[in-house]
Amino acid sequence: MSIAFKPEETFRGDYSYRNSDAAILRFPFPFPEDKYMYSVNIEPHVRSGPSDVFIRPFDVDEHYIAECRDRAITLERDPGRCQVLPHMMLAQWDTLELLMENLSADYPEHFSLTKEGDDFGSRWTWTNRPLGIEQSFIFGDAATLPCEPFEYITRQAQGDFAICDQRDDNLYMDAGMVTSQADWSLEFDVGMSFMEWHGPVPLAHQTGVFERALKYLLMLRLGQPVRRLNWTMTINPRLDTSPESFPEWGTDRASVTPDNAGSKVHLRVELQTLWRLPRSNAILFPIRCYLASLDDLARVPKWGARLHRVLSSLPPQLVEYKGLTRYLPAALAWLSRHDDGAELPIGTEAGVDTLT
Amino acid sequence: MIGDTLLLQVAAVTDIAPGLRHLRLVAADGGKLPPAAAGAHVQFVLEGAARTWRNAYSLVSRPGARDAWEIIVRRVPASRGGSAFIHEQLEVGDRLLAGWPGNLFAPVRIARHHLMIAGGIGITPFLSYLAEFGFTGAGHALHVCCRESEKDVFAPWLGSSPAVAFHWDADGHRLDIPALLASQPAGTHLYVCGPAAMNDEVMAAAAVAGWPASHVHCEHFGSALFGGEAFRAFLVRSGIELEVAEDESLLDAIERAGVAAPCLCRGGACGVCVTPLLEGEAEHRDHFLSADERAAGRLIMPCVSRARAGRLVLDL
Repeated sequence: MSIAFKPEETFRGDYSYRNSDAAILRFPFPFPEDKYMYSVNIEPHVRSGPSDVFIRPFDVDEHYIAECRDRAITLERDPGRCQVLPHMMLAQWDTLELLMENLSADYPEHFSLTKEGDDFGSRWTWTNRPLGIEQSFIFGDAATLPCEPFEYITRQAQGDFAICDQRDDNLYMDAGMVTSQADWSLEFDVGMSFMEWHGPVPLAHQTGVFERALKYLLMLRLGQPVRRLNWTMTINPRLDTSPESFPEWGTDRASVTPDNAGSKVHLRVELQTLWRLPRSNAILFPIRCYLASLDDLARVPKWGARLHRVLSSLPPQLVEYKGLTRYLPAALAWLSRHDDGAELPIGTEAGVDTLT
Repeated sequence: MIGDTLLLQVAAVTDIAPGLRHLRLVAADGGKLPPAAAGAHVQFVLEGAARTWRNAYSLVSRPGARDAWEIIVRRVPASRGGSAFIHEQLEVGDRLLAGWPGNLFAPVRIARHHLMIAGGIGITPFLSYLAEFGFTGAGHALHVCCRESEKDVFAPWLGSSPAVAFHWDADGHRLDIPALLASQPAGTHLYVCGPAAMNDEVMAAAAVAGWPASHVHCEHFGSALFGGEAFRAFLVRSGIELEVAEDESLLDAIERAGVAAPCLCRGGACGVCVTPLLEGEAEHRDHFLSADERAAGRLIMPCVSRARAGRLVLDL
């Protein structure tokens, strides 16, 4: 499958990131109904779904090269965005194997993996054509790669990654590559348990969502990954909305007006998947981020109207937690022009083949 | 790497001792198997003439192996019959279904030292532990309690490791469990796998010696809840009577009958499949219903829960 990459686009400075029409139509719109509330919305990560971002376990799109470059810029400025605790080396190799096998199988035009064997100690050769990388190394020997295996492979992947070690009937965030996060800090969370890192989330604790989710994840099986969508809003198409860089993007929230909201305000959807890793028994948690402006979304009439309704009815605690308070009125004023009040079908599908 | 069942073929059968059979299994299509971790087990579907068994065995193949899986099966006289089937009927070339590897007994990798105590065939999960520790260099010791006649049976998997000691029931050779547990460095994790009486003895000794529960681990396949007694269910709105077999879920049986029940996680967490229970008593195995809801007895999650007694009548 050939992808028309857009290597020059940026996620900072002049923010030249744009979605093609095809990218808008495959956007994983997260709202099947007119109201939103937390739930344990976990389902098997099978090769199908309402958007074709679900067809391959690790989706690669037109923004791949630009996103990898943006990650490199962030890591150059703040190497602490990638952290791996010492006991996670097996999980590092598990992650490298999972990504290399899936990318080379699903995108043979862009990636290839040649193995002289499957066991530790075997020579593997990895080719990444979009990034111009060819690397021969010994699987299981970190000294044969330019950096540790988790950092090596996640520098060549879209989205953030965390690895949760499983022990004592709990999950601990003991590794991560986090450069495109919705305002959370790996530096702060690394080593925390499941309840600790979810501590700040409002409303969901009271309904027992996290107890159920943890019990479910502890039983997650090899070969049966699961997924969920999460979402927030971001001003400008910016990947690095971290607490560490807040001074660079926080004030953008004050720049939104009813006239510029269409191009400034972006819906940020995270396709979160969870994978049991084979050797380490840890859980890999990829967080794949998709950005679409209100302009983009309103070109799908159902999505523009539905987003207006979801944001209009969002509980105030979620408005605050997601950081929308400052600019929500302006975004709603803009979106209201795209909502005629007519009933919308249940489901997230665009319902159109071409954009208006 | 997505899937849930595999078709395997028996590549080799070796009797390594009286009552101990070693099996080498490969993918029937000649492809690669998914890698498995230290401590992993696989559930095999053993199709006997009169009935089917689903038995789980620890993999003793090296962790990460993708060419073949190996298991060692002790023939248990009082077993449900699965081990007898393996010993008497399974032959090279036979095919059998298996699940993907599961792991309820993984080593804790923050441990400063790993202390393993095996009883008899309970050595099997530790054979893969040893392979991992040999690779990672983690400090470890394995104490095996077995019959004297069987102490050399596992030599092919143990090499000449100085970290392995054998104990048997004779003066001067018994394992002094309290003394062993009292002499471990701080940060040690203890793993025990053997007959229930031995597991209990080691766990009790660890508690007496003040070991924190988080550092003591016991293998028990029984906690992988799946299936149970067969039972009947009636779907009122569909007008369908169901027979739920011992190796399928209520949800599986509902789907088999052609009724599209809502579901999502199929693991008792999300709550999507929750169904009104009109008659019958449920054995709740989900993580979703509250204690009050369970006590009220009016709801069931068919993806994991079953009948405690009698027939279940569902509003479906």
